Amino acid sequence: MKTCLRLGVPVVPRGSGTSLSGGALPTADCVVVGVSRLNRILDVDFDNRFIRVQSGMTNLSVSDAVAEQQFFYAPDPSSQLACAIAGNVAMNSGGAHCLKYGVTTNNLMGVTLVLMNGEIVEIGGPHLDPAGLDLLGIVCGSEGQFGIVTEAVLRILRKPEGARPILMGFDSNEVAGACVADIIKSGVLPVAMEFMDRPAIIACENFAHAGYPTDVEALLIVEVEGSPAEIDEQLTKIREVASSHEPKVMRESSSAVQSDLIWKGRKAAFGAMGQIADYMCMDGTIPTSQLPHVLGRMREMSEEYGLKVANVFHAGDGNLHPLILFDANKPGDQEKCEAFGSDILKLCVEVGGCLTGEHGVGVEKRDLMVHQFTEADLEIQMRVKDVFDPAWLMNPAKVFPMAASRSRRERNAPRAAAE
Amino acid sequence: MLRARRPSEGENGLNTHYPKDETEVAGLVRDAAAAAKTIRILGGGTRSAIGHPVEADRVLSLGHLSGITLYEPAALTLVARAGTPLAEIEATLEGEGQMLPFEPADYRALLASSGEPTLGGMFAAGLSGPRRIQTGACRDAAIGVRFVDGSGEILKSGGRVMKNVTGYDLVKLQCGAWGTLGVVTEIAFKLLPKPETTTTLVLRGLDDVRAIEALSKALASPFGVSGAAHLPGDRTLVRVEGFVNSVAHRAESLRSELSAFGDAEALSDAADNKALWAGIANVEVLSGKPGSPGSGAVWRVSLKPSDGPKLVAELRRALDVEAVYDWGGGLVWLLVPQQGDAGASLIRKALSPLGGHATLIRAGGETRRTVPVFQPETPTIAAISAGLRQQFDPKGILNPGLMDQ
Repeated sequence: MKTCLRLGVPVVPRGSGTSLSGGALPTADCVVVGVSRLNRILDVDFDNRFIRVQSGMTNLSVSDAVAEQQFFYAPDPSSQLACAIAGNVAMNSGGAHCLKYGVTTNNLMGVTLVLMNGEIVEIGGPHLDPAGLDLLGIVCGSEGQFGIVTEAVLRILRKPEGARPILMGFDSNEVAGACVADIIKSGVLPVAMEFMDRPAIIACENFAHAGYPTDVEALLIVEVEGSPAEIDEQLTKIREVASSHEPKVMRESSSAVQSDLIWKGRKAAFGAMGQIADYMCMDGTIPTSQLPHVLGRMREMSEEYGLKVANVFHAGDGNLHPLILFDANKPGDQEKCEAFGSDILKLCVEVGGCLTGEHGVGVEKRDLMVHQFTEADLEIQMRVKDVFDPAWLMNPAKVFPMAASRSRRERNAPRAAAE
Repeated sequence: MLRARRPSEGENGLNTHYPKDETEVAGLVRDAAAAAKTIRILGGGTRSAIGHPVEADRVLSLGHLSGITLYEPAALTLVARAGTPLAEIEATLEGEGQMLPFEPADYRALLASSGEPTLGGMFAAGLSGPRRIQTGACRDAAIGVRFVDGSGEILKSGGRVMKNVTGYDLVKLQCGAWGTLGVVTEIAFKLLPKPETTTTLVLRGLDDVRAIEALSKALASPFGVSGAAHLPGDRTLVRVEGFVNSVAHRAESLRSELSAFGDAEALSDAADNKALWAGIANVEVLSGKPGSPGSGAVWRVSLKPSDGPKLVAELRRALDVEAVYDWGGGLVWLLVPQQGDAGASLIRKALSPLGGHATLIRAGGETRRTVPVFQPETPTIAAISAGLRQQFDPKGILNPGLMDQ
């Protein structure tokens, strides 16, 4: 890092490179620093419920390391088999189960951060809450723009006694959306609430043969946790609530095999869509009350653009993942797809939501930031980066609109190079 | 650190401003910045006695910047202005069977302060109650913030949705910054359904080490413990919350899990539980001591749970200490004599090999003026923190010195 600083060379940190927003994408004349060889467990403490790992470990290998003692690390991004903790910290990754357990920032207790000037900083540790300013809170989600995370202290939790999903099919997205709202209002907190619209249901069913009903407009997968009795208690409440919305299908899993099958379809969604067409996966969040409106608008836009869109998302927290289908071999289709995607994200912001719920800004959404933030909002964020990385060499071309960050990137890099 | 005492326009109430909206806040801060006048930010004033005493030229009270601006029970979301009394928010949430997840505390008895705790004050302090171990801290529940920085600019971060990674998370940076990085005007929180019922298992006769072992065992169980506290010489408490059948099942499972530590009594009365855990959150055991807040200093120590009893045992060799453990042992409240540096050097020396941090929560103004209230930082962390303050408050006019090392 010191060498790069002396030579004025930008550094792009890389975990496993699974970022969906291009967070680890190398930019011009940069050095990529990969952490994949930092893959050791440094300390596991079940009494105090934390694990200290090097940041190149994959998300799943952390959970695997504590599985024998019936513990797990909660954030579970779809890429958990491959993605590294370093990237999880940089992007503040989420997952299907964050409705109950939170995202990375809620499960991260400390980091070791290497700054651009080579200094090694310890922030936080196996205790709760910051001593002074919450630096851990801003490092998490800073998209590798403050430094390279080499170690992390993560909270580990005891696995629940069991879990069971229930599958519900509805006649319309609106009704399914209203059902989600009523379940939350009823006081039950499911561990996951996944929503699929008709195009997604059909694609997943054809691909995974999960037994999804193909004559419904919207499908909900709701999962609750606990002992068998606790699960029954929660599912009874959920059934009661759902019944008032007249679901066409309501099927509770009665075995581990059935549960796996129900999840298999959902987890295969991205692969299933990939069999049908090329697609782009978007990631915005909306207030859950806006769900019917946003899905309706998306349908209209789909017609305007002449591109199909399938929706698979975390309904409990309003985190949408519209998959826009296009044909990469058809001239102009990709540009049209990108424009459609931008319109969806702008819509998310318009209705009170945000541009990205868990994938990060990266390269993909940097130029859309002006739709969510004022110039002053962006300026104060860039001033935070100024503090950690005055030379603006850490992953400099991400997060901020290129025009907004230009003066900083150009002011510092050439001067450093000239020294 | 010794700071000269100087007369303050603000202190006698002559120069207190009560802005009614964010624009007015921005105008007042801009004026102050232009005139190089410092500002003390005031919510309900119930936590004003925490931190280095702030001597400022002007007082900016957020008392009139009040009200819930958005509440969507089905989205588990609440947005309110900073000056909104916490009692008003809790009453509104109660009406829908919801709550702020982290069990905010009321430190009026502990600090012998008066006034109404506000949402902004709670957020600026960033302190959380017993349920923090299960559902996260104040900083975890906070999902959006609007604030005015030290140059009078109106800024925002986060929003009103619970999954949001758009840009840096300045919400967390503002939470617990005690107003030194901006005047917070509005905050959005994610909520949780209020549990239907509560049972607390009560163990008696455990020494500190055994008690923390029992709490660790409970917290490492799959039974969803939402409170784990130890009142030395008295009781060790484990709380479960949720639906009736579920709580019964988990309480019974925990009772047998903890049988090696004694025969736990189950406390299920709603009012008793409410009072018991409010008492833990508010550190009642250490409140109302004779002559408080003058007689005893109170410290709040965050550390690895199993280190809690070690710290207390070490301190007992040199100090007259009363301790209360929360968060399964990871949060230790200490009552020590206020003489000299109120135990600061002893506590931090004992803490140093263990890791963690200690904050002086209650002590007289003179003590707080001379003793480092917040945990001293490493030079690199201190430089980053100073750099951030410089960016958010270039002239150093907001709550000046409150968090000084």
